[in-house]
Amino acid sequence: MKEIVNLSRRDFLKAGAAIGGGLVLGFHLPLTGTTADAAQGTPAAFDLNAFLRIGADESVTVIVNHSEMGQGIYTALPMLVAEELDADWSKVRVEAAPVAPPYNHTVYGIQITGGSSSTWSEWERLRRAGATARAMLIAAAAETWKVDAASCRAQNGYVIHTATRRRLTYGRLVEKASSMTPPQSVTLKDPKDFKLIGKPTKRLDTPEKVSGKGVFGLDVKVPGMLVAVVARPPVFGEKVKSFNAEKAKAIAGVRHVVEIDRGVAVVADGFWPAKLGREALEIVWDESPLAGLDSRTQRAQYAELAQRPGAVARKEGDVTAGLASAAKKFEAVYELPYLAHATMEPLNCVADVRADGCDVWTGTQLQGFDRDAAAQAAGLKPEQVKIHTTLLGGGFGRRAVFDGHFVREAVQTSKAVKAPVKVIWSREDDIRGGFYRPLCYHTISAGLDPAGNPAAWQHRIVCQSFMIGTPFEAAMVKDGVDDTAVEGAADLPYEIPNLLVDWQRVPGGVPTHFWRSVGHSHTAFVVESFLDELAHAAGKDPYEYRRALLVKHPRHKRVLEFAAEKAGWKKPLAPGRGLAIHESFGSFVAQVAEVSVSKEGKLRVHRVVCAIDCGPVVNPDTVRAQMEGGIVFGLTAVLYGEITFEKGRVRQRNFHDYQMLRMNEMPEVEVHIVPSTEKMGGVGEPGVPPVAPAVANAIFTLTRKRIRRLPIRAEDLRKA
Amino acid sequence: MIKLRVNREDYAADVSPDTPLLWVLRETLGLTGTKFGCGMALCGACTVHVNGEAARSCVTPVSRAAGKEVTTIEGLSPDLSHPLQKAWIAEDVPQCGYCQSGQLMAAAVLLRENPRPTNADIDDAMSGNICRCGTYQRIRRAIHLAARMKAKGGR
Repeated sequence: MKEIVNLSRRDFLKAGAAIGGGLVLGFHLPLTGTTADAAQGTPAAFDLNAFLRIGADESVTVIVNHSEMGQGIYTALPMLVAEELDADWSKVRVEAAPVAPPYNHTVYGIQITGGSSSTWSEWERLRRAGATARAMLIAAAAETWKVDAASCRAQNGYVIHTATRRRLTYGRLVEKASSMTPPQSVTLKDPKDFKLIGKPTKRLDTPEKVSGKGVFGLDVKVPGMLVAVVARPPVFGEKVKSFNAEKAKAIAGVRHVVEIDRGVAVVADGFWPAKLGREALEIVWDESPLAGLDSRTQRAQYAELAQRPGAVARKEGDVTAGLASAAKKFEAVYELPYLAHATMEPLNCVADVRADGCDVWTGTQLQGFDRDAAAQAAGLKPEQVKIHTTLLGGGFGRRAVFDGHFVREAVQTSKAVKAPVKVIWSREDDIRGGFYRPLCYHTISAGLDPAGNPAAWQHRIVCQSFMIGTPFEAAMVKDGVDDTAVEGAADLPYEIPNLLVDWQRVPGGVPTHFWRSVGHSHTAFVVESFLDELAHAAGKDPYEYRRALLVKHPRHKRVLEFAAEKAGWKKPLAPGRGLAIHESFGSFVAQVAEVSVSKEGKLRVHRVVCAIDCGPVVNPDTVRAQMEGGIVFGLTAVLYGEITFEKGRVRQRNFHDYQMLRMNEMPEVEVHIVPSTEKMGGVGEPGVPPVAPAVANAIFTLTRKRIRRLPIRAEDLRKA
Repeated sequence: MIKLRVNREDYAADVSPDTPLLWVLRETLGLTGTKFGCGMALCGACTVHVNGEAARSCVTPVSRAAGKEVTTIEGLSPDLSHPLQKAWIAEDVPQCGYCQSGQLMAAAVLLRENPRPTNADIDDAMSGNICRCGTYQRIRRAIHLAARMKAKGGR
């Protein structure tokens, strides 16, 4: 019989690649003149290049500073290094970066994974890291052979002296190479010479994700670790007034009950006793101003705010005059709910606070802030905190928080009980835990000229801001307008002479946050639905109508044409087809949806044809996967997603009342990548925004009724 | 002490009998490939085999698994040689990967019972497993591929 013991420290080290170290003979390359330097203003001398380690065993370890949350970044970024290094791809491994200045985002200046920016923001820096290493390996070989470096070349993990056909592996050269002076400048490959970039490449993390060996935050185990669940207030903003832990402590396996900033932590030998302990807790909460929050009355509040002019996000011509003189006028109200991210892996964090330091293991998108939050909670200096980034079981923005709350909870609990602690969120904790996509109320009106073209367009967005009051406020809020509230609406690409887009900020205490595609998740639905309405009112084909209005936006136009061609738009089809196009995060996506509505009023999405122009492509298979996933994410919000409040409490709690799209509802998704040498954009989010309007526009062709709120209700599917 | 047989090895676990099998596997036995997703048998992330049948370990008291043959993702194959694992790799199915242990364990039962499943069969067998990343289309393709591999003499 096998003895049951906790995993040993050694096993843990083996399992947790994030911890790194080991005995591999390696070297760190200094990088010169990186964009990170420019962004941070840190001196180049401080900027060790810690992106690459080559072992004497020929292993090529790429240290990746962006978190793997499903988007394939643990493959795409190593591809950039390996391409310029001329590495043997089968030898490439990944290690998660620790928190240090060289790993800061090249543009955002902090360690963060978000904004669909990982690939484009590392496109230069990581290729340069690979090229610099290649030059040093070549120099080492040339010195070994006493030949001119120019007579040597690198290929698939070897340096080769062309004339004599002598060759040495990178592993054999690495020690000497590590003492070489890095070149002042390197020449990057001409894209036509790429061997890896642009080719469909199998993900490096698939084997560990089909064997059960991949280590997510929830899988981390350290010796002596206890497990905690936290009783958080049932209404946002409430605080613990008093609590009685007697019954909780009586449960076998419960070790401690401690009050922390965000509630009461029940600390036990495992999740189960901790959960039972929490159920037995008696807590009296201080009342919060949100105790009366109700989704029905909240709607009236938003409608009232929509009557008042907001902060101007974009203004062209004279919209009032434009509307007054229009031949035909249209107006509509669109409503979208709060949405939870519902990452498959509920939030969790392991913290081990000691007198002289603190280790944190978690799947996070914002290591930079998490480290500082942990230091503050532990009463330590930031440099005394080590963040070990694990795999993330989904992120979608939920794991990029400004206040480090899920890390802070674990640190405070560990400090209180003087032991390593893993805080686990239940699904209910997750669904009711806030940080939602904001509730949105849009009013929109437009006037057509006699030819049917839009002459005026007035769009007001009413929602909360989750940027104001955060460290990103300076970058994201301009002239009183939070860009994340109006993105996708203020940058409307259509040619309309009189245009006004403004924003009414709702003061509110419900915590809201980034949710995959952020503002675009609601603005695209509104603008693309309403434009479609105008096209139909003008008696024009929605595709041709858009095309004609996109004269000044060639990338939009091209991707729209591409999608229409692939979907066979010009071929007559029974009703049930709709399209939408939207730019977000630097990429351009058009989607054509084919739907049906049964006699019972059940919507079925059969097929979605998607075209994307994201500029140069690193791994085409990842681009396809992200479009497929984005479409599912968007469709889930169309069909089901909605968080509502009653007496200040979230009504939903698990997957039975906060539903997800499932296999039996999966449409056929076809992804086409537009060949493009334009500026590189992102792929993690841009697949989401167009699907809701494409589906809504398809429904209109069946029912002649416009979908004006999400999720779609059965009554909205009845024929007009 | 509850006697368990997991992946052909015997264990004795000193846990309360009402503890869900999931937490015994993960926390007591260190088999963390089986995931926690909902705790209410709604998402399938915790799917394991108990006597060959797919079971939601998050709602299965460990006492009910006592004396039975439990298989987790770690026991599906020791070396990624199961046709489903090969197919998952060939189609590059996983994104975040968190739900995939459960998806594979559900698919393994389907394929054993029905060597050539249709799309409708796959819908029936797999709709209890949620993938928030939306890998359903690839899961479907991979199951068909694994079925073909198996027909050609895989396991």
